[in-house]
Amino acid sequence: MFQATRLSRRKRYSEVVAQTIFLAMTLMMVLPLVFIVAYLFYEAWPILSWEFLSTVPKHGMRAGGIWSPLLGTLYLVVISLAVATPIGVLAAVFLNEYARETWFTRIINLAVVNLAGVPSIVHALFGLGAFVLFAHLGKSILAASLTLAIMTLPVIIASTKEALASVPMAFREACWNVGATRWQTIWHVVLPNSISGILTGVILQVSRAAGETAPIMFTGAVFYKAIPEGKLFAYGLFDQCMALSMHLFTISTQVPDLPKALPYGTAVVLLGVVLIVNAMAIVLRVHLRSRKKW
Amino acid sequence: MQTRRRWEILVETAIESLIRLCGISAILFVFGIFFFVFREGAGFLFSGFNPREFFTSPEWYPTSQSHVRYGVLALIAGTASVTALAMALAVPFGIGAAIFVSEFCGPRWKETLKITIELLAAIPSVVWGFIGLTVLNPLIMRTFGVPIGLTVLNGGLVLALMSVPIIVSIGEDALKAVPDSYREAALALGVTRWQLVYRVLLPAAKNGLLAAVLLGVGRAVGETMAVLMATGHAVKIPTSVMDSVRTLTATIAAELGEAPVNSEHYQVLFIIGILLFFITFIVNLTADLVVRGIRHR
Repeated sequence: MFQATRLSRRKRYSEVVAQTIFLAMTLMMVLPLVFIVAYLFYEAWPILSWEFLSTVPKHGMRAGGIWSPLLGTLYLVVISLAVATPIGVLAAVFLNEYARETWFTRIINLAVVNLAGVPSIVHALFGLGAFVLFAHLGKSILAASLTLAIMTLPVIIASTKEALASVPMAFREACWNVGATRWQTIWHVVLPNSISGILTGVILQVSRAAGETAPIMFTGAVFYKAIPEGKLFAYGLFDQCMALSMHLFTISTQVPDLPKALPYGTAVVLLGVVLIVNAMAIVLRVHLRSRKKW
Repeated sequence: MQTRRRWEILVETAIESLIRLCGISAILFVFGIFFFVFREGAGFLFSGFNPREFFTSPEWYPTSQSHVRYGVLALIAGTASVTALAMALAVPFGIGAAIFVSEFCGPRWKETLKITIELLAAIPSVVWGFIGLTVLNPLIMRTFGVPIGLTVLNGGLVLALMSVPIIVSIGEDALKAVPDSYREAALALGVTRWQLVYRVLLPAAKNGLLAAVLLGVGRAVGETMAVLMATGHAVKIPTSVMDSVRTLTATIAAELGEAPVNSEHYQVLFIIGILLFFITFIVNLTADLVVRGIRHR
């Protein structure tokens, strides 16, 4: 009797200890980060304004805002998206709808995993060798966007595959039974039913492309490029451009005597863009899960 | 009717071959990456490249006037030291957090933590580098009284925070894959949850956890901007965590812009790229095989 209560007390004690230790481990990696992000915001606060976003950098980056890098990032993201989305979605369609489980699809899946694992700087070397030099695109928005597109392809493939796999087989069978071809089934039934999942992947791809620095450093992004303020189509496809991530790197490492708030402002805008875009993906996913019909 | 059918078949075949093409695109791109990086580095690789010096000499003087030396041992040591420190920090915390998320918390907390971790994973590497430069650098200087805070410690901390989300999310998947009957059987025997974790879950999920760690290593080895900004720029073999180092990735990022196209220096940087490609390829392949191994059982 006495023995049993002591044992159960010890059990409860060890339970609490285990829970606390693992909770502490989790909080120790989450909390510092919350503090760091709060600190970045605190330092950036004085400079954050509409004017900061909409003016070009002046006086060798020491004044003005971040309009040109912001616009450059927008260009890179949109073009890489336009290239990567169709290829990625179709690749996922192939893997999920057409291919059987063979050694060949295994190799494709392996290639996707490895493509995701290739270091970003190696993607930069590839972009330089293939697009800038071999394809004679030169250092340009196009070359940088293509590099980004290939780099972010696995993100789209993975999430589209997941979305397609969640469409029940019965939907396809019903469609085949009324005489639709494979592609008709995919176009009219499978893709519409997985569109939110695909969209989530696309959004994640945007956030990844917006944040990357190394792949665009040598393929199209430059230290400084003068563009007119307030014009949306200021860059051409074969121009070089500034980019937010690259701008943060250059001003925080290569420009001396910088007003302190400037790099913090840039970092917070970049971080803000990426986090907002990711939050959108999360909201979409939660919404999707809540109204799923099957 | 007849013509419409033929038209339809034509469209169907065309679309199908397009889909097949996109399907194999990933393979094409992986080969393309290897091919083009190799192509740029090949010139020097086949003439004058000295593999012994390359791998065993710590002397990296690519722009020396009198005696050019391309030894990457110090750079490899830099990558290894930063990665090792990052993993020493990230593996226990990452797996601890994965255990907490998967076994110890309620559904509400679980959702919140998973979203937080996902957002952590989204922070761009250049922002991490910036954090290393502006937050950790002065912090390390003040805490340890060292003249410069851009060290192995700084880079290791940044990389640890960067690779923890991967380890947590994949580790959590691995724990989720352990059948509930294992937990029920153990709990029925009256074990504590502590024992459950150590004696049942960790052994059962060890392959998945190993894969999680490997993918974390892959991420840490390949990371560029964060280590470029956070580890200082000293090409030397570190003797303590307070030494500045330079990694393989950071070397390419820092020097490619200044190396004239097709010069020896430029080609050696591409050879480093090939080396990085192979390292991450092997790490990812191993992780994949380990994961497949679980599924087959």
